[in-house]
Amino acid sequence: MGLNQYLILSAFLFCTGVYGVLARKNAVLVLMSVELMLNAVNINLVAFSAFKGTVSGQVFALFVTTIAAAEVGVGLAIVLLIYRNEHTSDLDEVDELKG
Amino acid sequence: MILGAALAQNVAFYILAVAMALAAIGVVRSQNIVHAALYLVVVLAGAAAQYILVAAEFVAWVQVLIYIGAIVILFLFGIMLTRAPMRSTESLDNSQRISAAVVSLFLFGVIAALLIDAYGDKEIKLKDNLVALGNSNNVGSAIFRDYLVPFEIVSMLLLAALVGAVVIARRD
Amino acid sequence: MLSNAWIIPAIPAVSFFLVLFFGKRMPGRGAEIGIAAVGASFVLSVVAVIQWIDRVENATGQHEGLRALGRGIFAAAGHGEVAVQPVTSSITWWQNGLVKFTVGTRVDGLVVMMLFVVTLISLLVHVYSVAYMREEVRFTHYYAMLSLFTASMLLLVVADNTLLLLVGWEGVGLCSFALIGHFWEDQPNSNAALKAFFTTRTGDIGLMIGIIMMFFASGTFSISGTNAYALSRGADHSLLLIGAICLFIGIIGKSGQFPLHTWLPDAMAGPTPVSALIHAATMVVAGVFLGARLYPVFFKGFSIGSGSINFMALIGGITIVIGAVLAFVQRDIKKVLAYSTISQIGYMVMALGVGAWTAAVFHLFTHAFFKALLFLGAGSVSFSGSHHSFDMKSDMGGLRKPMPITFWTFIIGALALAGIFPFAGFWSKDEILVTAGASGFDAFMIVGLVGAFLTAAYMTRCIYLTFFGEYRGHGHPHESEPLITVPLVVLACFSVVAGLINAAPLGIEKFKEWVEPTVSFPALVHPDFDYAKALISLTVAALGIGIGAYYWFQREERRPLGGLTERNALARAGYTFLERKYYLDVLYENIIVAGIKAPIAGAAYWFDQHIVDKIVNSVGAGARRLGTFVYDTVDQKVVDGAVNQIAEVTGESGGLLRYIQSGRVQRYALLLFAAIGLLSLALLIANI
Repeated sequence: MGLNQYLILSAFLFCTGVYGVLARKNAVLVLMSVELMLNAVNINLVAFSAFKGTVSGQVFALFVTTIAAAEVGVGLAIVLLIYRNEHTSDLDEVDELKG
Repeated sequence: MILGAALAQNVAFYILAVAMALAAIGVVRSQNIVHAALYLVVVLAGAAAQYILVAAEFVAWVQVLIYIGAIVILFLFGIMLTRAPMRSTESLDNSQRISAAVVSLFLFGVIAALLIDAYGDKEIKLKDNLVALGNSNNVGSAIFRDYLVPFEIVSMLLLAALVGAVVIARRD
Repeated sequence: MLSNAWIIPAIPAVSFFLVLFFGKRMPGRGAEIGIAAVGASFVLSVVAVIQWIDRVENATGQHEGLRALGRGIFAAAGHGEVAVQPVTSSITWWQNGLVKFTVGTRVDGLVVMMLFVVTLISLLVHVYSVAYMREEVRFTHYYAMLSLFTASMLLLVVADNTLLLLVGWEGVGLCSFALIGHFWEDQPNSNAALKAFFTTRTGDIGLMIGIIMMFFASGTFSISGTNAYALSRGADHSLLLIGAICLFIGIIGKSGQFPLHTWLPDAMAGPTPVSALIHAATMVVAGVFLGARLYPVFFKGFSIGSGSINFMALIGGITIVIGAVLAFVQRDIKKVLAYSTISQIGYMVMALGVGAWTAAVFHLFTHAFFKALLFLGAGSVSFSGSHHSFDMKSDMGGLRKPMPITFWTFIIGALALAGIFPFAGFWSKDEILVTAGASGFDAFMIVGLVGAFLTAAYMTRCIYLTFFGEYRGHGHPHESEPLITVPLVVLACFSVVAGLINAAPLGIEKFKEWVEPTVSFPALVHPDFDYAKALISLTVAALGIGIGAYYWFQREERRPLGGLTERNALARAGYTFLERKYYLDVLYENIIVAGIKAPIAGAAYWFDQHIVDKIVNSVGAGARRLGTFVYDTVDQKVVDGAVNQIAEVTGESGGLLRYIQSGRVQRYALLLFAAIGLLSLALLIANI
């Protein structure tokens, strides 16, 4: 199996996640796209771990997963808070820092 | 047999890859938010399957447990609590989706070119030691021996995230 | 004293400052300081005279000490010509390479004679002025200026170089101006002072040019050096001639010769003692003194020894006549005396011009006494007789009874002036005429005789109008107080005996021995006393007196020529010509001065209005336009524009950049990822 298969796949998923982050209005959808990106990274790490024959890539992937979980938890808490104050989860409406 | 194994793995990979790709596109293009969450589930499951393909079983099952078992549930709760529009007429994409598509395609092109240039001729050799590499025993040993400090720090991080989430989201 | 002669001018100079600063507070209002100072100078001058006579007598092998004086006076005339060096002492004031500027004194017989005359007459005038100026304004300043004048004149006399002499020359000119204009509250008086100053100034131009020319010719400013140069073989004759002419122009101005004599009669506007001191006895003879001091320059320059008519004698001769003629038509007694002074100085100048050096200087000596006497006498007359008026025809007459001392001293002075034996004027004037005749200047001798005739005549007229006839004035004539009459008497004594010091027929030639220089002096003709010529001049003078007496002493109605000017147009024209002083004043003031002044003034006014004012206005307008331009263009458009533009650019760029800060996170993220993509592409391209 070519290494590049995994890597290209990972790149595709990552860029799809980027599109989602940039193009989606709902905050939760943006968080989902972030999950996509993180998963793409995980695939990359595991592929390299298999290629190199070391386990550190998989350990790293585990950590990434953990951190993703934490991030989603906090992120959703924030989205909830925003929803409670602005009564919307539309990211376009959250432009208080507009210049 | 190796060739056969390799062939089987390649086929499996490609099927999984296509599914994941389509599901990913579905995540970012679906106009129904719950559908997007479900598509995400497909992607995550496909990722777990890919891990199994390279014999990283521990990572695969952790992926299923945490991602699909917890994070997606979190997402669904989040969708519910923020009264996300289930079936609305207005689109879920914002105004910059064209430029976003351009940017992401451009980014994909760059990364792909880079990868092909760098790793075009590399291969993952599926040997027996891969299995021994990726089982729980080995990964656990690595975590608790070589990567103990990061492990502890991550647990702290989780604690902080937990507390933080509660603090942020509680009602006064 | 001879080598310390600088003290003699220094004392009056110090007294000038003392009078100026302290005079007002003193009981005598400064007069005592002045009198004391001049008195001291007089005493020192007498000492200097004695020392010089002693020096001469010793040099010629005579006896020493005071015995020399006594013996010398009575010794026989005609010693061997021994060179008696003048006494010089000087200090270097400034040296610049080869040019050395010194200040110092050069004392010889001429100088000690002048010292004696100047200090004596100044002292008498100081005493006289105590009474005369008692009621007048600025008494203290008057005495201060008298002191300054005396100091300047003495400096002029003892100076050993022409520059120092020029300092003294200018000093006396200044004091003359100040003293003539003493009563400057009346405009004519200050006009007269200005006229005196400017006219002598015109002459001073020549003097300065002459001094500089002689410096370049002889290489030195010192009098000894200049004289030595003039007599040397290598002297440039044309240079000497032009230098002599220029110096002579200075003499013409200062000594009131034709054509620059017009200031002297007008100078009579000053107080009478001033006229006596300055315009009779001392300042006006400064020119003659200069001529005598630098005589070798004139002698060689004008080629006096050759017997041909020269400029100097010519001017002197002309002046004798025109001065004397004008004295006939004056109403003012001081003006008569002024014209007489002009005429007498003409004698001195003519004498210098014909080579009669000793005669000229001797006449200077005697003239000082009797002219000062006449002026002080006129002052006495006006002070006590004619109620401060000098007009003979309307305010005087018959004053010989109430004012005997004044009358007799005036008579003595007039006789001396006319040249009657044995008074002083006879000897000196006679010597001039004799020398003129003996040197071949017959024409000038005749001119001198004519002058003598006229002098006697106009003095007779003057005396008649003042002292004889009926009193026509408004005052109460009485004799003057002693402070006025004592100086008159002193001067009268001198007028009598002064001539005897060079009474050639009696074998006395002391003046010549003591005064005539023996160093750096050309060989002059010294004719023997000619009895024939003496008799002729005496006759001429007596004739003048006689005819004058015959004419004027008659009663008015019986005068044969009385009223001629009313009957005869030619006579009237001639009278008017004389009265207008030959129209010289008209020529000088209305034609020359106005003719120069008017176009220059007009040109200057035009220049000022059209050019200077235009420049000023255009500078102002230009500055204003520049200011407006700077304001409009530079300030408003450029500076403000730049500032405004910066603000606008900032605003607009801010407005544009504002859109980047949309507040939308996804927009930021888009930009972030785009940038990452671009950077990666760049790195990719760079490393492929």
